[in-house]
Parts: sequence; C-alpha cells; structure tokens
Amino acid sequence: MTTTTAPAPVRRGGGVRALYAGNARAILMRSLTATKSSNWAVVLSGFFEPVFYLVAMGYGLGSFVGDLTLPGGETVSYAAFIAPGLLAVSAMNGAVYDSTWNVFFKLHFGKLYQAQLTTSIGPLDVALGEISYALLRGGVYALGFLTVMQVMGLNLAWSALAAVPAVLLIAFGFASVGMAVTSYLKTFQQMDWVTFVMLPMFLFSATFYPLSVYPEPIQWLIKAMPLWHGVELVRGLTLGVLDPSMLVHVGYYVVMVVIGLTFTTTRLRALFLD
Amino acid sequence: MTPVIAARGLTKTFGDLTAVDGIDFEVPAGESFGLLGPNGAGKSTTMRMIGAVSSRSAGDLRVLGLDPDAHGPEIRSQLGVVPQEDNLDPELKVRENLIVYGRYFGIPRATCASRADELLTFAQLEDKARNKVDDLSGGMKRRLTIARALINEPRILMLDEPTTGLDPQARHVLWDRLFRLKERGTTLVLTTHYMDEAEQLCDRLVVVDHGRIMAEGSPSALIRQYASREVAELRFGSDRNAEAAARLEGMAERIEVLPDRVLLYTDDGEALLERVTDLGLHPTTSLVRRSSLEDVFLRLTGRSLIE
Repeated sequence: MTTTTAPAPVRRGGGVRALYAGNARAILMRSLTATKSSNWAVVLSGFFEPVFYLVAMGYGLGSFVGDLTLPGGETVSYAAFIAPGLLAVSAMNGAVYDSTWNVFFKLHFGKLYQAQLTTSIGPLDVALGEISYALLRGGVYALGFLTVMQVMGLNLAWSALAAVPAVLLIAFGFASVGMAVTSYLKTFQQMDWVTFVMLPMFLFSATFYPLSVYPEPIQWLIKAMPLWHGVELVRGLTLGVLDPSMLVHVGYYVVMVVIGLTFTTTRLRALFLD
Repeated sequence: MTPVIAARGLTKTFGDLTAVDGIDFEVPAGESFGLLGPNGAGKSTTMRMIGAVSSRSAGDLRVLGLDPDAHGPEIRSQLGVVPQEDNLDPELKVRENLIVYGRYFGIPRATCASRADELLTFAQLEDKARNKVDDLSGGMKRRLTIARALINEPRILMLDEPTTGLDPQARHVLWDRLFRLKERGTTLVLTTHYMDEAEQLCDRLVVVDHGRIMAEGSPSALIRQYASREVAELRFGSDRNAEAAARLEGMAERIEVLPDRVLLYTDDGEALLERVTDLGLHPTTSLVRRSSLEDVFLRLTGRSLIE
C-alpha cells in the first residue's frame, strides 16, 4: 500500500455551516418530547423551591427583621426585598441544573450529543437547543413565581414585568457557562465543584440582606460574581428602582452568554467531530 | 460512474499511534462493502472519517464526491450511521426515537412520522412503538438503531460491527433485514470481525490489520486466492499438535499449527484424513470444512481473527 500522493495539509473547514445548521429547534423539540415522560415531581419542585424560601424567610424571618430602608431612601418589606433575589436564584438554579447534571448525563451516559452530531446537526445547534430548553423551563418558573409575588403584593412597580426577560437573560448566562464547564468535566466528583460554587453564591450575593453589611473588599468580590448582578437587576425591576447601572448587569450576562456558547461549541466539536 | 466513497492514502494518527496507515479503496453505488479485521485494526476510525465526524491526518477522501473535512453537514445528511455501541435516546419512546432523529435532519414532522411507521414495520418493532427503549432486547435495539439510520433515506448505510454482542438468533434476524436493504440497492459499508457475517453480506471486502489493507476482493475470490477449497482441522491434544504437525509435513498445500489444533489446507479433506490415519496418526477429533475468510485472515496475518 504505497501512497503516491504527498500528504496534503488537512485543515478543518466548512465555516459556520460546520458549526450551525440552523436547526436548534429540533434539539429543543427533543427535550420537550422527553419531558412528557419525565418525573413531574422533579419538574414541579423547581417552582415550589423559591416559594418555600419566600414563605419561610420572607414571612417567617421577615416578621423579626421588619422593613428595610433602601439606599435611595424607600422603605420596603423584607419579603419584597428578598423575593426578587429568590427569583434570580431560581433562574440560576434551574439553568445550572439543566446545563450541568442533565448535560453531564447526556454527554457521558446517554451518548445523546454523539448521536445528534452524526446527523446534519452542528455543535452550536446542540448548545442553543439545550440552553433554550433550560430557558423555557426557567421562564415558566419565573412567570409562576412572579404571579405568586403579585398575589402577595410584592411587585411594587410596573417594571416588574421586565423581570421576565431579565430572568431569561440570567438563565441564558448561567446555562451557557454551565454547559461549557460541564463539557470539560469527566467525573461525578468534579461535578461537586459546581455545588461548591453555587451554594456560597446563593447565600452571599445580597440575596437576603444588602451588600453594605460586608467590608469593602468582600463587596468587590461579590460584585465580581454573576449572581449579584442578577439579584440587583431583578430587584431594581420589581421594586421599581431603575438605574443606569442595570445596563452593566445586562452586559455582564451578555458576556457570559458569548463566552459560554463559544466554549461549549468548540468543546462539542472537539469531542464529537475531531 | 464515480464511486460513492473514494479513499487514497487515507491516514489517521493519534499522537504517535497510526490507527489508519495509508489505505486506498473505492466503493461504487449499490455495493455492499466490508472492512474485515480484528479489534484495533482501524476499522472504526475509518468509518468515522467516512462518516465526517473525524478529520483525516493525511491522504484524500471523497464521500459522495465531497471532502468530509469541508462538507461535514452535507455528507452527514446523506448517511445513515449505525454505531458500534447503541446510542438510542433512553428518554424517548421507540417511535419517538425515530421521529426526533429525523427532525435532526430538518425533515418535516409529518414525513418523519410516516417514515417512522414504515421503518417500525421493516424492523419488526410495530408492537413496541410505545415502549421505552430500555425495555427492548439487544437485538431489538440494534434493529431500532438501523431503522433510525434509515429515517433520512440515506445514500450510504454505515454499520460498525452490526451484530457484535448479539445471540445467534438475533444475528440471523438482523442479517435478514440487512440483506433486504442490499436487495433494494442500498449501499452498505460495514465493519465486522465475523467472517460468516462478511461472507453473508459483503459483495466485496478489504482485510484490514494494523491500519493497513492486506487484501481485497469478493469473499469467494479471497478464499480461492488465499486458501484451498477445504480445510481439515485435527486435534491431537494441546501438547502433541506440534509433534503431529511435523509428521504431517508435505501432506497438504499448507499447514497451520494453532495452540489447540492443526489446520491442513487441501482440495479434498476426506482423502487427506484417510492418509493421516494410514500414517498411524489418530487425532482425538477431526473435521473437514469449507475454507472461510478466517483462513484467509490467518494466511495473511498469521493470526486468528478472534483471539
């Protein structure tokens, strides 16, 4: 077997078409079909979790805490203060759960992406489709929670309606980065790191009390974390305290989306289309 | 007519390891083409390169006239792939697996649904349409995977070790289905390390070992070329095979001494057995059979296909 042709330099080509077939919808539809036969108790728990927190902390703990005075001078109930924080947290949790544990399973055990990428689907279709599903789920939870907030009188302004797209953006950011990180993890032990990052972020990101309780260096550390931006963004919208700094929060998540999608797409391509 | 697959000097290296070492072959449309070789011969790597999910390290490859490194999605949309390990979607039911997979190719839902029903009939899984994938037996899962690979009406169906791990009965059911596809004119490319499978399904095959092609031809031509018409298999007991073989020297066209038996290649096995007995040798068991691709492989590589 002699090779008569000189080995030509081989490059990966195909441009955008090699990454994206414009068919993320097929991936999303697959997830929706799979949800039909999934465990509905698990699906519903995503809605009830923040509601339980709101009742326990907002009303239980809130009756000891009393009202809070915001930096702008407005006085709000403790429940109205933490409810938007919990909304942002539920967006984060839903997005991260879907994009880490579910993705990890599909990657290593279900071999789902491997099968999908032998079709004309591209890695960006997979990433966008999977993340869209996380968003859809997060969006339904957010609407449910906002309804609960409305009934309890915790939405203090019309701008609360804008909390829905804000929550979707937060979920988009976390899901993109979550999927990117997961695509590089190989063992279940490494998956524990995700929890290790998430829990302190949930507790300390000005979710339950204003950031001003911390010394300045800690404040900067918290401000560098993604969740704080989400909490601030949603809180401003539901309390009606609008501020140009919100654009920074939005920008933070846009950057997360771009970085997350880039890494996820690159990694999926390296894994399954080497 | 241009071949649907053409490889020239096709090479794949992983670091220092050369998995596929400059192979040349062509597959014309409608042919059933096989890659026969032991585990680790580079068959699956070759299949992945043809399937446009793995780029080549050197050489040239054209699938349906296109370069898979540049036109992956176009090529993949016209292939049906049955991987070595089933990767059906465990969260979907049997029929949903077909429809959802068809949607990945951008095929309209109604078309997917009607094709899914036809394919369930073809795969003899009509009764299982609403079952979970995990409830299926190994043979049924394989049939479903093949049905799934046909949902986009592929121009080439690629099967990597299609019957490995199946019991004999399930294998025969699967062969029957694949034979029907072959009769319909579907181009099949399959890898196997079972010579009976290669003999049943392949019009033409290449014998691969260590990433290189050792021989090429139809199963019968390869057997004619590399083996005699018949083989006498004699067992004298593990420690006496070599000694007996020494005494049999010159009695057959070729003699192979394996750890557990001696193979004598000849055109008339029964006559040979008589001469062996006349010599005063009494094997504990003896068997005369037709030569197979196993013998071709043994001749070419000095090793058995399944060790």
